Amino acid sequence: MTETSLHAILDRPNSYIGRSVPRPNVRRLLQGRGTYVDDIRLPRMVHVAFVRSPYAHARIEAINTVAAVKCPGVVAVVTGAELATYCTPWVGVLSHLEGLKSQPQHAIAVDKACWQGEAVAAVVAETRAQAEDGAECVQVQWRELMPVVDMERALDAETSVIHEDLGDNLAWERSFEAGDVDTAFSTCTVVDEVFSFGRHTGVTLEPRAILASFEAAEEQLTVYHSGQAPHMMQNIFATHLGLQEHNVRVICRDVGGSFGIKVHAYADEMAAVALSVMLRRPVKFIADRLESFLSDIHARDHRIRARMAISDDGHIRAIEIDDLTGIGPFSVYPRTSGIEANQIVNLTGAQYTCKNYRATTRVVFQNKVPMCQYRAVGHPIATAVTEGLVDAAAAAIGMDPVAVRQLNLIADDSYPCKAPTGLSFERLSHQRSLKKLLELMDYDGLRAEQARRRADGVYLGIGIATFIELTNPSAMFYGVGGARISAQDGCTLRLDAKGSVICTSGVTEQGQGTEAVMAQVTATAVGVPLDRVRVILGDTDVTPYGGGTWASRAAGIGGEAAVQAGKALRSQILEVAGIVLQSDPAKLDIREGRVVDMADGRDRVGLDEIARIAYYRADTLPKDFQSELVATRHYVPKQYPFAFTNGVQASWLEVDIETGFVTLLKHWAVEDCGTVINPQLVDEQVRGGVVQGIGAALFEHCLYDAQGQLLNGSMMDYLTPMAAEMPDIEVAHIETPTDDSELGAKGAGEAGTAGAPAAVMNAINDALRPLNARLNAHPATPERILAALGIVTET
Amino acid sequence: MEPMIHIQLSVNGKKVQVQVPARQTLVDFLRYGLELTGSHIGCEHGSCGACTVRLDGDIVRGCLVLAAQADGAQVETIEGASDDGSLADLQATFHTRNALQCGYCTPGILLTAQELLATNPAPTRTEIRKFLSGNYCRCTGYQAIVDAIESVAISRRGAVAS
Repeated sequence: MTETSLHAILDRPNSYIGRSVPRPNVRRLLQGRGTYVDDIRLPRMVHVAFVRSPYAHARIEAINTVAAVKCPGVVAVVTGAELATYCTPWVGVLSHLEGLKSQPQHAIAVDKACWQGEAVAAVVAETRAQAEDGAECVQVQWRELMPVVDMERALDAETSVIHEDLGDNLAWERSFEAGDVDTAFSTCTVVDEVFSFGRHTGVTLEPRAILASFEAAEEQLTVYHSGQAPHMMQNIFATHLGLQEHNVRVICRDVGGSFGIKVHAYADEMAAVALSVMLRRPVKFIADRLESFLSDIHARDHRIRARMAISDDGHIRAIEIDDLTGIGPFSVYPRTSGIEANQIVNLTGAQYTCKNYRATTRVVFQNKVPMCQYRAVGHPIATAVTEGLVDAAAAAIGMDPVAVRQLNLIADDSYPCKAPTGLSFERLSHQRSLKKLLELMDYDGLRAEQARRRADGVYLGIGIATFIELTNPSAMFYGVGGARISAQDGCTLRLDAKGSVICTSGVTEQGQGTEAVMAQVTATAVGVPLDRVRVILGDTDVTPYGGGTWASRAAGIGGEAAVQAGKALRSQILEVAGIVLQSDPAKLDIREGRVVDMADGRDRVGLDEIARIAYYRADTLPKDFQSELVATRHYVPKQYPFAFTNGVQASWLEVDIETGFVTLLKHWAVEDCGTVINPQLVDEQVRGGVVQGIGAALFEHCLYDAQGQLLNGSMMDYLTPMAAEMPDIEVAHIETPTDDSELGAKGAGEAGTAGAPAAVMNAINDALRPLNARLNAHPATPERILAALGIVTET
Repeated sequence: MEPMIHIQLSVNGKKVQVQVPARQTLVDFLRYGLELTGSHIGCEHGSCGACTVRLDGDIVRGCLVLAAQADGAQVETIEGASDDGSLADLQATFHTRNALQCGYCTPGILLTAQELLATNPAPTRTEIRKFLSGNYCRCTGYQAIVDAIESVAISRRGAVAS
């Protein structure tokens, strides 16, 4: 091994890259000794509960707070108009989503409520129970307005306009066309399908939580937040509360699940922070489960008409989609509610060679819970539409669905290349991944078993879904549109006085294992044992500036910053060591926490001794030398706007054609996220993501009535995947590192969710195919399956 | 004023005498009254299992029991079960198998797993999944949890056999 190659992160001796080491910092969680926001109690802390609109759309005529103020323990009752003097409204638009419009949104609604559950008054009290008592005593005089509920009718002339200032209920639209779509549709076999994707939501087990503490004397605000993006929130709190950004500190300690749900600026959370400024004391807001369903962002809610043209020999010749999505009454701040629709336009069909593509999306306002980015944003929809069309097209021409995919997937040797929409693909492995999947699942064996069991009246189905996933976004995702959301991230490494390494970074941990990844990369890059690295994340006063964890960016971007910071700290340490040992630093290395001779690994001195000399006996070092044992490096992807990854999944299930129940038998996933830093953590990200995707495909649906009332807003009524119904999931990897970074890691956190709904839905349709039944409505409930079979009529 | 009730109970082996609001749930009392914050609140309607604690030896939903109902009872929380070492093998295996991500469901799942293994030392994977059907985990997809419990069941049987 050459000296040069020893400096490359993937060639380091005693590397932790690629090893399934257990996560640091989780023993406390195993003992119930974590620190989630609700576990924190501050002196003079009070609690807020919100009066929420019982109507989907209603004008606030008057609010009577007299009785509420007299309730025991109540400290203040605050209306939207009163709070507006402390917190300015915001508008969730981005300039690169040209034409996207929205209405200014207040922390507490001022004139009218635009969804059932929007906060219209706040009651602050000594305890949460007392605040809720007070909220029940607030009397609101309402004038009901006609709600816009059905997105299909949101643009009709007779439908009321939610925000009159905007002129209509159209938030945004985008059309795209490439190649010769019409010729393909007029000359090939065409499948024409309508897909629907119900609203669902994140159901993080820890509900949204925030604790704000305002120190009036210094105008300093400290916010403990159950969130993913502390620096983004620092900017938002400072901007809308009129504070200096450097006087706002956002701390994210343990976060009980996020999945994109906790990366948005929520009105009620802004209100809690503004109340802390107003009342000059700590204010805590913990959403209860019922208000989570009514106030956490919802996701999806798309209806897509989609067509595919296929030649008789199985070549996909054209794809066309027409998407409609309802986003609630506001585009959510600061990421907007246009991104999911934009992703669907960008991603549909992009794993295939077909160049003829036409897409339209319309994003409309409605009086439901605001819709925004949730795990895998747009990917599950683009994948389910694309892969549903492929299966339908394969059936239409009598070809095996796998054969159609093998024929049309972009070949592994044709990179770099571009999708019709202009997305750049550095290097993907669709063909190798599919091949690996087929071996893993024994595709031919399953087809034989399917045929054999069908003779006994058992309806088994196989569903395949190939997909791409957007990870490691550059500033082209949000920054270019004007959002103050950092695409770059930093890592600072500091040698402590005993020779251990303290790692701080702007990426954050919500359970996915960010701290483990940062520790593994740091230990490898510096050359210390893993247990000599301490990782500290989630504190704007402490960490380098960065974006946080979302869009599968923590490992790829935070990890690369750690690589470069680690190399810099190693050089700094070796510079001191060179003086102490009177050796050429270039001939020394650090391994297992000790300075050794590069050539033969001979032990020279421990890092504890280097630290002791540098920190306590600097008098023994040359007068013209100053040791620096702290290094910061930042990283943002430069060559490609996004590091696209690819994967393929398969579902094997049984449909009971008498009850419509689906039994999941097995699920497989082959994932290519580039360099795998911790295989077990990646596998568990994939598994958890797959199960969220299964939830979307089979169970999860926010049901509304015609007045815009949420009908199933509790965990008794809203179905989530539970242990008994979930299958075992086999995960395998192909590794195609990105050359954009030395580490080569791409994201993996959303792939499971991106592919699972398509795989499950294709498997259901595969099972039903002999019965000439088909459905494209997510979730595929027993009722919908029986309706597809003509046994019942869907209500 | 809010009606208060005097209760006396044992929490993690320590005697507690205290006035509690009549309407306060057991999990709220443990969290806010005693600052034992390891029992988590996920739904407050008995669905998610995050607030699972032991009441006189049986696991219960801390959100469906009033603190007043625990008068005279023995209550054990994740903190107590951690300190007495009875969960140590489960905790270690959950750690190495990465059977937790955000950790919010974990205390409830550990106490539930301990109850399963006490009543059925050799559960099948299907039995493990069914026993966990009242514990919601949004992060893991459950497989790692099932793996970890299965593995502890095997090692505990091995320890008994030897």
